Amino acid sequence: MSLDFLLEIGTEEIPHWMIPGALAQLSRLDLLGATPQVDATPRRLVVRAQGLPERTPDSEQIVKGPPITAGDKAAEGFAKKQGADASALRKTGNYYELVKKVSGRAAGDILAESLPAAILGIQWPKAMYWTDRNGPRFIRPIRWLVALLGDQVIPIAIGGVRSSNVTRGHRILGAASIPVTIATYEPELRKNFVILAAHERRHKIEKEAAALGAKLDGDLVETLTYITEFPTAIKGNFNPTYLELPSEVLITVMRHHQKYFSVEGMQGLLAPQFVAVMNTSGDPEGLVKHGNERVLKARFNDARFFWDVDQQKKLADRVEDLAKVTFQAKLGSYKEKTDRVVALVKELRGDGSAQRAALLAKCDLTSEMVKEFTDLQGVVGGLYAKAQGEPEAVSRAIYEHYKPLSMEDSIPSTPAGQIVALADKLDTLRSCFSIGMMPTGSKDPFALRRAAQGVVKILVEADLGFNLDSLATGELHAFLLERVQYYFREVRGFKYDEVNAVLKAGVSTLKDVEDRLNHVARVRPTPNFEPLAASFKRINNILKQANFAQGVVDKGLLEVGPEKDLYEAYATLPVSGPLEDVAELRPLVDRYFDTVMVNAPDPKIRENRLSMLSDMLRKFSSIADFSEIVTSGDQK
Amino acid sequence: MDTFQDTVLKLKHYWAERGAIIQEPYDVEVGAGTMCPETFLRVLGPKPYRVAYVQPSRRPADGRYGENPNRLYKHQQLQVILKPTPNDVLEQYLGSLKAIGIDLAKHDLKFEEDNWESPTLGAWGIGWQVMLDGMEITQFTYFQQCGGIDLDLVPAEITYGLERLSSFLQGVDSVFDMEWCPGVKYSAVRLADEVQFSVYNFEMANVDRLWRLLAEHEAECKELLAGYEKYAEKKRYPVLAAYEQVLKCSHLFNLLDARGAISVTERVGVIKRVRDLAVGTAKIWAAQQSDQPEAAA
Repeated sequence: MSLDFLLEIGTEEIPHWMIPGALAQLSRLDLLGATPQVDATPRRLVVRAQGLPERTPDSEQIVKGPPITAGDKAAEGFAKKQGADASALRKTGNYYELVKKVSGRAAGDILAESLPAAILGIQWPKAMYWTDRNGPRFIRPIRWLVALLGDQVIPIAIGGVRSSNVTRGHRILGAASIPVTIATYEPELRKNFVILAAHERRHKIEKEAAALGAKLDGDLVETLTYITEFPTAIKGNFNPTYLELPSEVLITVMRHHQKYFSVEGMQGLLAPQFVAVMNTSGDPEGLVKHGNERVLKARFNDARFFWDVDQQKKLADRVEDLAKVTFQAKLGSYKEKTDRVVALVKELRGDGSAQRAALLAKCDLTSEMVKEFTDLQGVVGGLYAKAQGEPEAVSRAIYEHYKPLSMEDSIPSTPAGQIVALADKLDTLRSCFSIGMMPTGSKDPFALRRAAQGVVKILVEADLGFNLDSLATGELHAFLLERVQYYFREVRGFKYDEVNAVLKAGVSTLKDVEDRLNHVARVRPTPNFEPLAASFKRINNILKQANFAQGVVDKGLLEVGPEKDLYEAYATLPVSGPLEDVAELRPLVDRYFDTVMVNAPDPKIRENRLSMLSDMLRKFSSIADFSEIVTSGDQK
Repeated sequence: MDTFQDTVLKLKHYWAERGAIIQEPYDVEVGAGTMCPETFLRVLGPKPYRVAYVQPSRRPADGRYGENPNRLYKHQQLQVILKPTPNDVLEQYLGSLKAIGIDLAKHDLKFEEDNWESPTLGAWGIGWQVMLDGMEITQFTYFQQCGGIDLDLVPAEITYGLERLSSFLQGVDSVFDMEWCPGVKYSAVRLADEVQFSVYNFEMANVDRLWRLLAEHEAECKELLAGYEKYAEKKRYPVLAAYEQVLKCSHLFNLLDARGAISVTERVGVIKRVRDLAVGTAKIWAAQQSDQPEAAA
């Protein structure tokens, strides 16, 4: 007979962003071969499974004993130690051995032993004690445990909490004590205002919020899914006079501070409304709506206050104040950083707008608005610059200079913005590398990987024409190259060997790298390409074995036929011409290797043949190093 | 409708019924109820303790001359410490909300992750901000470490922001319109402090003198901390007085900060100076506690 299983770890509210990670770990729970199905709300982590065996089967264990040559005494000793009679031993090869019968165990006993360690073994970004210093550690206090195998409670205990068949409903709307069986568990929860399945809560949020006109936002939906047990959306209003504030500020307040969806009205403009998601079933008296409106009003008032106060001192008058804002203890203030970035923008031939933007870019760090809404840095600077009469090219460059914030994010939209963004990130990288603050493993406090990724993305997509070598040297150059590889592979989807082949042929501008990659990727599927790449690899090996660098081809020494034909075919092709033409060489190369012996007995001939091969290789290696291409031959 | 003082009295009464000592506010300036010895020192060591008190908390930089409806230089917290934490601590906390007239079935309650950390006190904890209809009404923290010392028993700290809670209950948009007691508005009691201390904190506090005072209180504290080891009758040693000097330093730091007198570079250094004093005091306090015979406790 097979049994069903239910584990509910009842906790106090778990931070929403940690729940998916914990579920991934629980889905690997060892349930005697049954497949765990996991689900969670903020107050419970749940594992269910079907088809667990009642017992594990009996089995035999073979214990190897002493060599037969050791004699009877040794055999008796071994048997005694194993708790068996010497007559039970058998001889296999030159050794005694004992076949022990191991009886299977009840699944409930095994789980009672393994579950506590498995539960406490979940890795959390930040765990806590809740009883005392010697007590258990978990993400939040464990307050109840439901552990059932069939209709039996699996007896476990953690931090003084014993397992039972009693769960709890929604904190406010549900019962505090609900006896369940595996079959009634989910329906009982639902009766008590807990929707167990995250996908169901997500769907409810999306459906209700959309019906109220919310502009849905995937991250926010996910957050709300895991901070509610019974989500219900409601709509609230705010005074339209707040729409005078920039929509960026209003949306940040609503989305990031209050976890509300914004609402779009006509022509995609912000409407004076918001959608909040409650953790309860309804708001019949409108108290929740009223409360949220009241909070939002206070928040918007703050924002308006910050805006007004900040306008009393222009960005341009704040440059000196940056001397008081630390960039990094060893690297000095943001004033020093600003000076460096302005100089770098000039060096990168940024125009007047770019230089002005670079000067003002960090000034919003001294504003009240950014102190309150830190994720609006840059954006606020751009808005203030505009309000204070800076030209559009300057304000836009400031606004966008933190872009791209991720690999998916777009780069700044204007040339000035691109140069400032590039210079800002490059300066951060250079400065941090200069004091040995390279990212290691998961530690990257200054988000240097993101900065480097931004540099790469801007260089490729804005086609700024800078050679990578001129922007970075040494370790930073290598670090950027890693990011270049990552970018072309993960973001642009080129194959890793194509990326390696192209980079190995040298890196000038990243635009050039991109062109060559497109070139290689285009020829890659043509029938001649991979066999040719294999031949090039063979040539490489031949040259390597011969320890041959390069030489001058003496045309007079070329043999008429395959050798001379190949020479004339490749010599007439242009350097860096279309690879399709190079691929056309394949039959000639094949014929060459079929009939020509490179290692000719005459050293002069041999030398000349090696010269020709290296000449041909070099000629076509400016686009990509074909020996890096993985061909079907390599995979065998 | 409950006045501000009704709400305060009900909360005190609620926690008194649950075995908490109702303390009076500490009489040295603090930035938060956590800094009072009733929290900072009592959470250390193995002795159970339950206490609740209102603590006026001064944050000079938050002053707005009484012009902002929600920001105050000095606000009042109701601080509850339950050590060790009872298993039903959140149910007890929800009970306190019912006790002040909140019908939870008609509101939206969420616990959102918010871990607390005080670099100047060498203290941190894990917890939430409790959101009622989108407004933070309570900070709930399980203390893990204090004064750089791992805690033997994990206490729960419940901090109610009284002005916010009470203006929510009264449905007023400005703290100053809240009724303190029948017929008396919050502004009548407190507006003058807000105005005058904003002027003092932002415009008039003498920066040089504040720096000198900071150095003086620091010196006093250090001297006291250094004397403990050689002092024979440990339990008479004024560790509590040393801790007051820490609080003085912390408040002076906040004043200097509001005056814009601390550059960001200096900031880290000054925080470390105060932290060293706090950690030093916590260490001696813990030592003194374990030194004391149980009978004298």
